[in-house]
Amino acid sequence: MNLEYWGFALAFIVLGPVVGGLLAGIDRRLTARMQSRQGPPLLQPFYDVLKLFEKDTTVVTHLQTLYLWAFLFFMVIAGVIIFLGGNLLLSLFAMTVSGIFLCLAAESTNSPYSKIGSAREMLLMMAYEPMLIIVPLGFFLVVGSFQVADILAGEPSQVVQLLGVLIGFLFVLTIKLRKSPFDISTSHHGHQELVKGLTTDMSGRDLALVEIGHWYENVILLAWLYLFFGPLGLLWALPIAVVLFFAEVLVDNTNARLKWGTTVKASWWVAVLFGVTNLLVLPFI
Amino acid sequence: MLLISFLIVFPLLAALAIAFAPTADLRSAFVRWSALALAIASVVLAVAYFRTGPEFFSLGDTWNGLLDQVFLLGGIAVALVLLYLCRRISVRQWYIPALILLQMGLILVAELAPGHPEVARPFYVDSFSILMALIVGVVGWLIAVYAVRYMRDYHAQHPEVRDRQPAFFAIVFLFCAAMFGIVLTNHLPGLFFFWEITTLCSFWLIGYSGTAEAMRNAYRALTMNLIGGVFFAAAIVWLTFNPELQTWELDVVIANGGAAALIPAALIAVAGLTKAAQMPFHTWLLGAMVAPTPVSALLHSSTMVKAGVFILVKFAPVYHGTEVGLLLALIGGVTFLATSLIAVNQRNAKLVLAYSTIANLGLVVMCAGVGTTATLWAAMLLILFHAVAKALLFLSVGTTEHLVHSRDIEDMDGLVYRRPVLAMTLMVGMLGMFLAPFGMLISKYTCFQAFLTVDVFPGGGILLMAILAFGSAPTLFFWTKWMGKLVAMPRRTPEPMPEVPREQAFALLALTGLTYLACVLYPFVDWAFILPYTQALADAGLVPPPSDSTHWETFILMSVMLAGMFLLPVLFWLRPPHYATVSGYLSGANVAGSASYRGAMGGEREVTARGYYLTAFLDEQRLTRQGLIAAGILMIAMLMGAAL
Repeated sequence: MNLEYWGFALAFIVLGPVVGGLLAGIDRRLTARMQSRQGPPLLQPFYDVLKLFEKDTTVVTHLQTLYLWAFLFFMVIAGVIIFLGGNLLLSLFAMTVSGIFLCLAAESTNSPYSKIGSAREMLLMMAYEPMLIIVPLGFFLVVGSFQVADILAGEPSQVVQLLGVLIGFLFVLTIKLRKSPFDISTSHHGHQELVKGLTTDMSGRDLALVEIGHWYENVILLAWLYLFFGPLGLLWALPIAVVLFFAEVLVDNTNARLKWGTTVKASWWVAVLFGVTNLLVLPFI
Repeated sequence: MLLISFLIVFPLLAALAIAFAPTADLRSAFVRWSALALAIASVVLAVAYFRTGPEFFSLGDTWNGLLDQVFLLGGIAVALVLLYLCRRISVRQWYIPALILLQMGLILVAELAPGHPEVARPFYVDSFSILMALIVGVVGWLIAVYAVRYMRDYHAQHPEVRDRQPAFFAIVFLFCAAMFGIVLTNHLPGLFFFWEITTLCSFWLIGYSGTAEAMRNAYRALTMNLIGGVFFAAAIVWLTFNPELQTWELDVVIANGGAAALIPAALIAVAGLTKAAQMPFHTWLLGAMVAPTPVSALLHSSTMVKAGVFILVKFAPVYHGTEVGLLLALIGGVTFLATSLIAVNQRNAKLVLAYSTIANLGLVVMCAGVGTTATLWAAMLLILFHAVAKALLFLSVGTTEHLVHSRDIEDMDGLVYRRPVLAMTLMVGMLGMFLAPFGMLISKYTCFQAFLTVDVFPGGGILLMAILAFGSAPTLFFWTKWMGKLVAMPRRTPEPMPEVPREQAFALLALTGLTYLACVLYPFVDWAFILPYTQALADAGLVPPPSDSTHWETFILMSVMLAGMFLLPVLFWLRPPHYATVSGYLSGANVAGSASYRGAMGGEREVTARGYYLTAFLDEQRLTRQGLIAAGILMIAMLMGAAL
């Protein structure tokens, strides 16, 4: 672990939210264009969050802020591990802890809308967790290590070997990014039964924390995507990863929402058919 | 040797003293101090044999002969007691005495055979048995301390149950003696004798309340464990008459490691599976939860099921690299996957814990079946982490049950606000069961890595890894759901709860501390207990030599996370944010806080929200049936694989 990687990790902590916010901004613009709208300015997510910091914060219980701190803390740790060139599986575990604390924050308010949102979030976690675990395991079988540094130093052909895993990952990425057809834990539309899912009872600074946490998460997910193409070099890998990342916006706009049961079943089937099968045939590729 | 005999004989004497103690106070004092003495003795054992290789003890010819007699007569006595206990069963349960007679017949055939093998070194100590002894001694002590007060309250709350506390505590100590015997004896018929004592004790403890349900479950547990006992006895008969490997010494069988050892190892694997409550035998542990909570804690954490996985891990070098081992690992895998999914369905807190125990033991069985150095490492850490975290969870649930008068998870709403300390111990136990940076995760991580390098059978490792990945996801779901209940802000001011009794609080806090410590100090546990054990096996050429397994980077990151988990609440407590408090959003006009609201038609509506149990999505009965069939087929295949 050299100085360069420490630089990356530091850059993630400082610049992570900036990049993540920009990703969110581009996302909104793209969505708007797909719907033949003008869309907000690119920096709108930052304006939104800055405004949230100005607002009064109300809480149902003070402890919900504590859980949100833990959410943010573990999300940052997960990213730091990746940008240090560290252990990908460990980073996934940290991300899981972070997700669980977000659920606990929603559960602690004990309001029905928050609770349904968090129960659905847990269901989604159950749906995507197996596939997300398979990704580092696939890298381990190809590269022989969970270390991000080793994966980046691997053969450029690894993306071909792990094509099934990549497809499976793109599938669950839709869930992770809370896009249709899997945005069942936090609907953006006020008239739906969920109101605002697990963020229903969060406001002001608390809500800003959630947003910043999600920005970090977006950067982490982009980094995961980048790992598949990493050995191709930055010039190839970054554009491919970004294009694939925004392909999710297209999926978002062309699909209606699914029920949670379908989501869990579909993601487990994808994990088996693409992920596990890929690993099984790996010795022959 | 003195220490070993103390650990086995002292609890027996303590049991006698407790059974005949004249007053209740004196009895309680006996329980507390004898349990403490055992805990201290196990620590002394750990210090005395710190980081030594396996050390064997011979008693001399006269004593060895006498020991043989003791085990023979003791075995007969246990069988007779079991037969006596069958006096009230119906004719339809004829198979219970038949099983007792069958295993007694088998063991007599072996022990009375002319020229049966002699055991020169009946006892041993190695670092794995020290670790086990520490778990039995220390966790057993805390459970005993907890039980003293619990049982008094239990009888106050259940006047219909006959008060048999003297016998209860005596049996608990007998149980501990048998556990020390199991982990310290090298004498296979002796091991079988202790094994049967645990069967007998668990039967008595499960049936303690004497209700029809308790007796039914106790007999079920007895039947299952007797089936395991028959297989164990068959293994001993095989080892008595097989010319290739004629021995009664545990270490000789393991050191053989070849095809000759595989048949007895497979038979003993079935015995281990029954005791460790794996599918297709898992139902007895579910029934065992009718017993008073300290009994559940004892059965699930430090004794009984741990004896099952102990013997499997002990035989892991024999299973290593064979089809039998892979099939054994798959039985564990099927159990892990099926019970993790079923646990999502459960509303009863003790059932959730029981299913999670079975699942975690399944994970240990997977590790034992694979039997590489890395999986042994993971298995031993799993045993340790599970013992402390599960004891903590059971005892916390027991206390909660006394306070809220329910085992239903839905009734534990808002415990964080009603009894913060109790909620904290429950949360630490749950975090310890499934979440980074706590112990279980370290073991799971190692399992993933180890399974990927298995090459017994093409794709075998991938299959195990997939099982682990898919089984972990529902685990996440049902623990988080439960934690969500605990942290939920009560909608109304809750009615005050009685204090947690001081002794119980002590046991709970001590176990919480142990759970934390085990996580922080796992590299030390590795260095002190696991490395010497795997090194000794590797030196004997039984398993591949341990690679440099201390992942320092992982350890540092884990410590940072653990520190975060600890410091964030402290920071929060020192500098709490001052936000305005409102009641939760109800999509209507709130009437009484967030407890009720005025609906669209103007009427007042009460708010209720329950957890998700996915009963339509996951069918408990179908999953159980499928698991039983799959595990049954795998077990038959395993036995046939060993015979061929």
